[in-house]
Amino acid sequence: MSVATHESGSPAQTTEPVLELTGIGKHFGAVQALAGVDFRVHPGEVVALVGDNGAGKSTLVKIMSGVYQADSGRMRVEGREVHVHSPSAAQSLGIATVFQDLALCDNLDVVGNLFLGSELGSNAWMDEVAMEKESWRLLRELGAKIPTVRIPVASLSGGQRQTVAIARSLVGSPKVVMLDEPTAALGVAQTAEVLNLVERLREQNLGVVLISHNMADVQAVADRIVVLRLGRNEAEFRTVDVTTEQLVAAITGASDNVVAERHARRVPPATETGEVEA
Amino acid sequence: MSTTRTAPTDETAARADLIDERLAQDTGLRGAADAFRRRVRDGDLGLLPVVVGLFVIGLVFYLQDVTYLSSSNLVNITLNAVPYGIIAVGVVLVLLLGEIDLSVGSISGLAGSITAVLVVQQGQPLVLGLLAGAGTGAVIGIAYGLIFTKIGVPSFVITLAGLLGFVGLQYVVLGDTGTINLPRTSPLAQFAREDFLSPAVSYVAVVVVVVAYALVSIIGIRRRTAAGLPAQSLTLVLGKSAIMLAGLGFLTYYLNIDRGWGFAVVFFVALVVVLDLVLRKTTWGRHLYAVGGNVEAARRSGINVNWIYISAFSLTGLLAATGGLMFLARLTSVSQASGSNDVNLTAIAAAVIGGVSLFGGRGSAYSALLGVLVLTAINSGLNRIGVDSSVRYIVTGAVLLLAVSIDAIARRARASSGRG
Repeated sequence: MSVATHESGSPAQTTEPVLELTGIGKHFGAVQALAGVDFRVHPGEVVALVGDNGAGKSTLVKIMSGVYQADSGRMRVEGREVHVHSPSAAQSLGIATVFQDLALCDNLDVVGNLFLGSELGSNAWMDEVAMEKESWRLLRELGAKIPTVRIPVASLSGGQRQTVAIARSLVGSPKVVMLDEPTAALGVAQTAEVLNLVERLREQNLGVVLISHNMADVQAVADRIVVLRLGRNEAEFRTVDVTTEQLVAAITGASDNVVAERHARRVPPATETGEVEA
Repeated sequence: MSTTRTAPTDETAARADLIDERLAQDTGLRGAADAFRRRVRDGDLGLLPVVVGLFVIGLVFYLQDVTYLSSSNLVNITLNAVPYGIIAVGVVLVLLLGEIDLSVGSISGLAGSITAVLVVQQGQPLVLGLLAGAGTGAVIGIAYGLIFTKIGVPSFVITLAGLLGFVGLQYVVLGDTGTINLPRTSPLAQFAREDFLSPAVSYVAVVVVVVAYALVSIIGIRRRTAAGLPAQSLTLVLGKSAIMLAGLGFLTYYLNIDRGWGFAVVFFVALVVVLDLVLRKTTWGRHLYAVGGNVEAARRSGINVNWIYISAFSLTGLLAATGGLMFLARLTSVSQASGSNDVNLTAIAAAVIGGVSLFGGRGSAYSALLGVLVLTAINSGLNRIGVDSSVRYIVTGAVLLLAVSIDAIARRARASSGRG
């Protein structure tokens, strides 16, 4: 399996990775979902995690967010080796996740959802005023169009629910934010808003992990693209160096497909730097 | 607040919720009335059907028997409602989680039996007996919670097993005697039967409650206004306080014509108020609703879901046992029939009639209070007009079905108007 590395010289690479996984393996029964997967994200960097269905993206995300535990491999946060036993452990390490199903409680209002599990207040007593004020601040920061924070989220639209879920990931001042298919259910304008939001997270020097099927979205905001295929690292690209065709080839694993051949004929070999057989 | 990396917020902005012009604004008394109408139309009925139901029940039985609404009968209704009500409060907790406890009746009977045996037969101090009875309920609840979370047996099955098992245990505890009578002079019996607030104390209590409500509301308005958040208007708070003062004042006056507010009734109402605050204002309460609404979301947001289940089940057990002790106190006896079918179904039905959703995440502590008043009021009325107990069961069943039907229709309206 060929691993292409195109990664030297990115400004983010000079810093220590905020989150780094090496040799991650995970199996469910007889199915090896992940085998020897390496992944890292630096502060102020947007890393896209792409792959076909069943490539192991969601499993990797769930390991990073503490929902699953890896069978093998190591995980480091800011250079320190950690064991993430639970979602709350991941949160306290500064790893926030926006799941594809958003994981919102429909019966709670926006404030209740935003601060769920990390309510403000003294001891057990919640400070609703502080939470509501902070909710408006977070939502304004995202340019969110939410009519009121005191209605159950069941009554919000898909884009509004996505916004609430993303705003919620920012509540605990995370270091890394993982977004699992954030634009999958959104319209054109709302997708653009979410992409803007991803850039704002990067400006705040957060590490952002973006899981997406949408190549246009990935190429629009990601600094680096990690391709998983059948539970292994397939390839890794800097976004500026890669074409959609190369990405598709890596995702589908068909390096000799028609698209790639046509591409190879058109591009002079000298610019194909760093294509190394591993 | 914890975030420092974000840009300074624009404090010159108008009130936070005014940035969206689509949102209907409700200010003042008129706004509050409009908001209420809109809520009802959208299927967010809240406690309205129960309150209407209580009026209808009162009217119907009054037309059959003018003494139904007499002070002495109303005092009896409040006293009779207490044991069922305390159990129903516990049922609300498990229902909010989307779970069920079918064994609350058995737990109440077992707790009453244990206390009676310890205090009456073995002559132990009353406090010890009460602690043993109540503690039994809490321990049973913890066991339910552990079996539910660690082994994963559905709560319906666990508590069905408990329903049967604890009736058996109750027989063992009572032994050959069958029935144990609590002396009427016992402080426990006095508490549930003979102790009433004196008129002066009751009026002072009403004023204190209303003033406390008004003060807390006004402090809330000031804090929200200071934080640039929308707040209810002062007129509305004063209006509500005035209505509360008049309502509670009249009720107190009317009950005082006879015996007044029983200690047990005050205890029950205080329990409901405290539980309501715990549910709405504490993180534990918020997490309880979250688990009832979406367990997976709650787990992923770092909530200790197992702890929520175990604590809720144990509180339900504790409250069921406390209700059993109240039965012992009110009836001054415990027998093999204590805590049988009738108790179970009445307590669960009361919570549901009061508007707690069986699917979890929706309902309030006041549901137990209002639901149990409805059932006790019907029971009292049917007893007074002298119908057979068969009719009582049928009517109770019909009321339960009616209440759940109203809730189902309202849920459909909620879904179409986006109130969840």
